[in-house]
Amino acid sequence: MDDLTQDAAFNERLIEEVLQAYPDKAQKRRKKHLNVAKDKGQDEDGQPLTECDVKSNIKSIPGVMTIRGCAYAGSKGVVWGPVKDMVHISHGPVGCGQYSWSQRRNYYIGKTGIDSFVTMQFTSDFQERDIVFGGDKKLEKIIDEINDLFPLNNGITVQSECPIGLIGDDIEAVSKKKNKETGKTIVPVRCEGFRGVSQSLGHHIANDAIRDWVFDKKESDYVGGPYDVNVIGDYNIGGDAWSSRILLEEMGLNVVGNWSGDATLAEIERAPKAKLNLIHCYRSMNYICRHMEEKYGMPWEEYNFFGPSQIAMSLRKIAARFDDKIKEGAERVIAKYQPLVDQIIAKYKPRLEGKTVMLYVGGLRPRHVVNAYEDLGMVITGTGYEFGHGDDYQRTGHYVKGGTLIYDDVTGYELEKFIEKKRPDLVGSGIKEKYPVQKMGIPFRQMHSWDYSGPYHGYDGFAIFARDMDLAINNPVWGLFDAPWKKKAA
Amino acid sequence: MPQSAEKVLDHRPLFREPEYREMLKNKKEKYENGHPDAKVQEIADWTKTWEYREKNLAREALCVNPAKACQPLGAVFAAAGFERTMSFVHGSQGCVAYYRSHLSRHFKEPSSAVSSSMTEDAAVFGGLNNMIDGLANTKALYDPKMIAVSTTCMAEVIGDDLHSFIEQARGKGSVPQEFDVPFAHTPAFVGSHTNGYDNMLKGIVEHFWKGKERTAGEKINIIPGFDGYCVGNNRELKRILDLMGVDYTLLADASDVYDTPSDGEFRMFDGGTPLEEVKAALNAKATISLQSACTPKTLEYCESHGQQTAAFKYPLGVGATDELLVKLSELSGKDVPDALTRERGRLVDAIADSQSWLHGKRYAVYGDPDFVYGMARFLLETGGEPVHCLATNGNKDWEAQMAALFATSPFGRDCKAWGGKDLWHMRSLIATEPVDFLIGNSYGKYLERDLKVPLIRLTFPIFDRHHHHRFPVWGYQGALRVLVTLLDKVMDTMDVDTNEPGVTDYSFDLTR
Repeated sequence: MDDLTQDAAFNERLIEEVLQAYPDKAQKRRKKHLNVAKDKGQDEDGQPLTECDVKSNIKSIPGVMTIRGCAYAGSKGVVWGPVKDMVHISHGPVGCGQYSWSQRRNYYIGKTGIDSFVTMQFTSDFQERDIVFGGDKKLEKIIDEINDLFPLNNGITVQSECPIGLIGDDIEAVSKKKNKETGKTIVPVRCEGFRGVSQSLGHHIANDAIRDWVFDKKESDYVGGPYDVNVIGDYNIGGDAWSSRILLEEMGLNVVGNWSGDATLAEIERAPKAKLNLIHCYRSMNYICRHMEEKYGMPWEEYNFFGPSQIAMSLRKIAARFDDKIKEGAERVIAKYQPLVDQIIAKYKPRLEGKTVMLYVGGLRPRHVVNAYEDLGMVITGTGYEFGHGDDYQRTGHYVKGGTLIYDDVTGYELEKFIEKKRPDLVGSGIKEKYPVQKMGIPFRQMHSWDYSGPYHGYDGFAIFARDMDLAINNPVWGLFDAPWKKKAA
Repeated sequence: MPQSAEKVLDHRPLFREPEYREMLKNKKEKYENGHPDAKVQEIADWTKTWEYREKNLAREALCVNPAKACQPLGAVFAAAGFERTMSFVHGSQGCVAYYRSHLSRHFKEPSSAVSSSMTEDAAVFGGLNNMIDGLANTKALYDPKMIAVSTTCMAEVIGDDLHSFIEQARGKGSVPQEFDVPFAHTPAFVGSHTNGYDNMLKGIVEHFWKGKERTAGEKINIIPGFDGYCVGNNRELKRILDLMGVDYTLLADASDVYDTPSDGEFRMFDGGTPLEEVKAALNAKATISLQSACTPKTLEYCESHGQQTAAFKYPLGVGATDELLVKLSELSGKDVPDALTRERGRLVDAIADSQSWLHGKRYAVYGDPDFVYGMARFLLETGGEPVHCLATNGNKDWEAQMAALFATSPFGRDCKAWGGKDLWHMRSLIATEPVDFLIGNSYGKYLERDLKVPLIRLTFPIFDRHHHHRFPVWGYQGALRVLVTLLDKVMDTMDVDTNEPGVTDYSFDLTR
């Protein structure tokens, strides 16, 4: 099952075939985003390595049905939106905030509307006059009204939608002025949707806004300890950050900040005082880790809490940064959960062994979940990133096997054809892909929202992950598709 | 350790386990720097006072939890109602990802649309090249019969001219000369999704009718409007029209594309108004809109071609269905058949059977202007009081129409319509003047949580309940279904309120 070399030739033909549908110009451009992983020996740890050589992080082609979102989605939807004690204004017309309202399942504890605001939609609801005359005056008034009606907010961010940058509003000036008046943190974010080529630039802009409008404005008076760490790039989807935190704390670390799921502004401000940044979603938050490394000398470590083999490896890698107490803690945690892992694998592996999976997601997941599937005996036959960069595809080589189909910024057409021809046993992607795939009779799990389940991180999360993959694949509905009087064409 | 392979705990039970409670308590106390619990409670209580309500209603700039979306969503929905039509939204690409997700989450169905993926360079130089390449790619990949172009606010702000761009793209061979590419400018900063629906629909009929001579016929065009229940409602509507023998064209019929079967085949396109019928619809005797706020421009355009027009307000309930049937009968010359008269009688029978349970119940209702009107009207028919009626995309005219509706019934005496207000306003209204039930969409669950007012989901979008939209709420059959929905909630609520053994369960009646 581990040998996908036969797949390689099939996949290469498949790419050629799919590209035929495009007009010449689009075909030339799309060709660079599709490839098959090639074996490339071993990495420094002696693990097999492949090369996943595709072009990435470049503009989507018009009219092809890209699955990507925009910079606003990357900033408001991903990085800033989960910070719970701040009010995030979707600044511009009503739609962006409306469609993203409560859709990312960033779990948090708090009294919504009183001291927490994640699952609310605050918008400046731009009208024509705001476009014509500018929205700065309105923004000032909005900030006043927020402070009046939601007095326990600990800060405000201004998440720019497309028009803001086009009409020349000066949200930075408004933010400075209001900060001076109220003393509260106000963060203008230039994440207009037309900037960049996907969500990715929005992450970067949001990271820069943390640097410029949080770190550089105020120093936290927190006095840290030797075991203080920040978790960076865990958005607590379905509680992911909680089922991760419990492991880190059990091994003896103090998680003094979690970015940004279930976070408060204080957790963001405190970050430079910790000893180590642990980064899960590299794509969305590596920028601020690099900044903290440069400015505060803080090291960072990538880790992966999907599936037991990666969790154990990550716990040991993290522990290696600390003393024996923590190293022993890591071993204790791994040993404690091993019986659970054994039970889960004993229960679910026989039901999932050899099942093939195609993924198409964003951020870290196109690679990070690979081993979690493999822990259950499943095989990844295709994967790709919505908004990955070269460094993501490079990292992917440590996870996928030679012969795996690799697709960057896949189009609706390509994904449908790939799935139709490869007929995997499971597809993991987003809400837009879910129903077309299921119509084809192929089981599907949303791998952005965990399909309203989760958490999937950590040992507790792995149990849920295994259960969910099983219930998706082994549900009786897939056997009901054919009417008995309709002979299926061979 | 709470987790086991035998009984896997997901987020709901998992985080209630002592280990996690302890962990979260520790996080809060040590690292969150939050406000003291007493302060949080004080503010929470204050937000439910009259003082807060007045401050809240005095808001001039901030919008919190609105019950409306932006124009292009309506345009994409309208275009989905035509045969093999692909929506092409000109502007930033993230918007299209949002519309598709939004529609899929409600319908639990595929939702296809493409973007011209404009970025910074297009913001500076305009999006002509995106249109030229985009139309060619869409045509080649998805083989639509028609591409319906609308705009995101980005393209509107920089002033891209769709007509000129499409013609230039045609000139460059992106699509054949005769290929149908209707368009509509749909700025997100004007109106709401209902206007986007109107603009796109007008764009489509204008594309087919412009410069054509009308030969008046007997057919009737019917426009359902932006309706999350289109799957159930349009089919019910067609059943009624067929029963009456009316010769009709349903313009923008998304009932099939948002309800495709699972049989192994993904149908990107399905059903919809055939383009030939759209052309022929010019010759109709009349065009009827079932949601007045979704069609002002379209109806005006129909009138300009000499058609009669009529606009209804979401035909939900006895009187509203009566009026629609009377109008259809008048226009078509066909009598309302006995079968429908009997359906009407059965509906009235059901209302009579259950009248005591709904009489005097107080409701808050929100949604699109026509839905709120239709819903409130039906509530009045059941002896209910739609006390707070709110439409974020409702205006002064709508408030006046609602006031006129309330004046028709003694049950409307204490009722008020709130145009342009949002669900945070609604929170204050219900907190200070409580109601028995809230009628709206999934977003209402936050009000249900905060104010303990039971929510009845009856309008778009419904994300957290499945398949409601597959059943109609229009016509007598639809009203019956709404009636049952109301009654179920009333009686379930009553049972929950009376089920404590030995304390309240004397009222836990078997028969009600």
